[in-house]
Amino acid sequence: MRVVIAEDSVLLQAGLTKLLTDGGFEVVDAVTDAEALLRAVAEHRPDVAVVDVRMPPTHTDEGIRAALVIGRQYPEVAVLVLSQYVEERYATDLLSERTSAVGYLLKDRVAHVTDFLDALRRVAAGGTALDPEVVAQLLVRHRTDPLDRLTPRELQVLKLMAEGRSNNGITEALRVSPSAVEKYVSNIFTKLDLAPTDTDHRRVLAVLKFLGA
Amino acid sequence: MAARRGGVYGERMTWPNTARSWRPTLHALTGLAAGVGVGAVLGGLVVIWLAAVWSLVDWPVGGWGPAVLYAAVALAGPALLLWGVRGFGALQRARFRAVLGVEIPAPPRGAAGSWALRPVRAWRAPATWRQLGYHLLALVGGTVGGLLVAACWSAPVLAVAWFAGLLGDGPGVLAGLAAALLSVAMLVAAPWVARGVARADEAAARVLLGPSRGEELAVRVETLARSRAEIVAATDAERRRIERDLHDGTQRRLVSLAMHLGMARASLTDAPEPVRQVIEQAHDEATEALAELRQLVRGLHPAVLDDRGLDAALSGIAANAPLPVRLRVDVATRCAPAVEAVAYFVVSEALTNVAKHADATHAEVSVERTGDRLHVVITDDGHGGATLSPAGTPPDGGGTGLRGLTQRAAAVDGTLTVESPPGGPTVITVELPCGS
Repeated sequence: MRVVIAEDSVLLQAGLTKLLTDGGFEVVDAVTDAEALLRAVAEHRPDVAVVDVRMPPTHTDEGIRAALVIGRQYPEVAVLVLSQYVEERYATDLLSERTSAVGYLLKDRVAHVTDFLDALRRVAAGGTALDPEVVAQLLVRHRTDPLDRLTPRELQVLKLMAEGRSNNGITEALRVSPSAVEKYVSNIFTKLDLAPTDTDHRRVLAVLKFLGA
Repeated sequence: MAARRGGVYGERMTWPNTARSWRPTLHALTGLAAGVGVGAVLGGLVVIWLAAVWSLVDWPVGGWGPAVLYAAVALAGPALLLWGVRGFGALQRARFRAVLGVEIPAPPRGAAGSWALRPVRAWRAPATWRQLGYHLLALVGGTVGGLLVAACWSAPVLAVAWFAGLLGDGPGVLAGLAAALLSVAMLVAAPWVARGVARADEAAARVLLGPSRGEELAVRVETLARSRAEIVAATDAERRRIERDLHDGTQRRLVSLAMHLGMARASLTDAPEPVRQVIEQAHDEATEALAELRQLVRGLHPAVLDDRGLDAALSGIAANAPLPVRLRVDVATRCAPAVEAVAYFVVSEALTNVAKHADATHAEVSVERTGDRLHVVITDDGHGGATLSPAGTPPDGGGTGLRGLTQRAAAVDGTLTVESPPGGPTVITVELPCGS
């Protein structure tokens, strides 16, 4: 899979390039600011762009804004945003543009190489990856209405769904049986008043409800 | 009061030591000249103005030419007089500084207004009338004092001149003897007389030429408020700088370190067990250090606070608190950066305190802006009993206890109150003016 990296620290850029190359990705370009990122995406049309949030010139939210532009102009290019801090406000901005092929993770997560590469592959394949920290922040704000009806365990499952995990992933994370997970998921759908039409679609709707979108 | 002790009065005076007596003498003599001169000029101005006004009232004035002239004088008179009163006030203060070494601060010029209203405001200011009062007093008192000092110093000369018959008929023996004694006594007393005159003049000048107590305090309050705002702003800037430095430096290096250790951990699966254990431990510690550093920096001044405001920034600390926190923020228009920083810091520290001391299972943070006030309320369901200075906390415990938070709020003219009955719940209420 072809990747473009945007990261203004040379140190981390080199590290990420090595990590991704070792992980079987092809790093087609590595840039240090948002404008160069947009040019690189236009030129290379990569499968996924890995983007730092704070980049020159203002060092605030350049990466988020660039990710939104990529989402609008190149919907086929997946975006994984990395940052030393995650903010729910940036997450909702990102998710307002697209709810698939998008990820937002703490930079710390790159230290867990296998998990990180899994998340990147998931995003590149059209899935999502939200940092647990962001999900926790969203939870602080959106603990009202239908979500109050969920049991703590169901809320936990919904959180994992929001992070972008499949039923199998949830089974592993909670160390419960696959059938138990299926039961939680169907309870969540019922409690959130989501009709049993298309399961995948309902999954997205449940997560969106959770995110308050 | 240091200025009062300074100048020429600081040391004991003995008569022949003229070095210390010539200054008050010079002051009295220049006071005589200045008092009379200033009085003449100001008096002349007043007379001319009154004449012009009277001429206008006592119509007709003999043609339009003089009428325009009178009107111009009548209008310009007060402004010119004001200029004179202030200018001569400054001159008199300069005389005190130059001759006596006594510093009398200038009274405030009053708030600036529109150009046309400025003279009106100035004439309504007490300081203007006090200065005018000094000029009148200087005309009378300065003349008397100056003449008195001059007479003392020149008494023997005057007496000799009288004996010699230069001043009319010479005196009789008795009168001559009395005059001689008196003249010697006046000469001996001259330094003290000069000093007394200078002191009286200085006392009058302090009251009339300088700022009143209220004006002094008003200026002081203004200065203090400004310097305090500057300190608050400087602290904020410092926090931002530390956050940026850590973000661009240490945190990146730690991420890189943890990443490389992670790569080693992932690739060295066939390494001997002890090696793998060491790498795993190093990797775990690096990621923990990263998380700890992130928590620490997050509490300082998160970039998102400047970028997206209080609402966006608070969810980070609420989510990271070790107990469930419900957050409600309703701030339509953002407050001044210094106020946002204080509100953020107060919530951050209050939640840390709740987690440490309150033994609570749930906390609630509500931030609301009504008009120009920002209300921040932090509630927890812990055991209560919180006071402004918890036992075991030094009074200046780094500004993180409740007392420290109170000071932080006070620094932007805000208040912090704590309601914490034994058994709970604890409610911390912070009210801050939003600033511009």
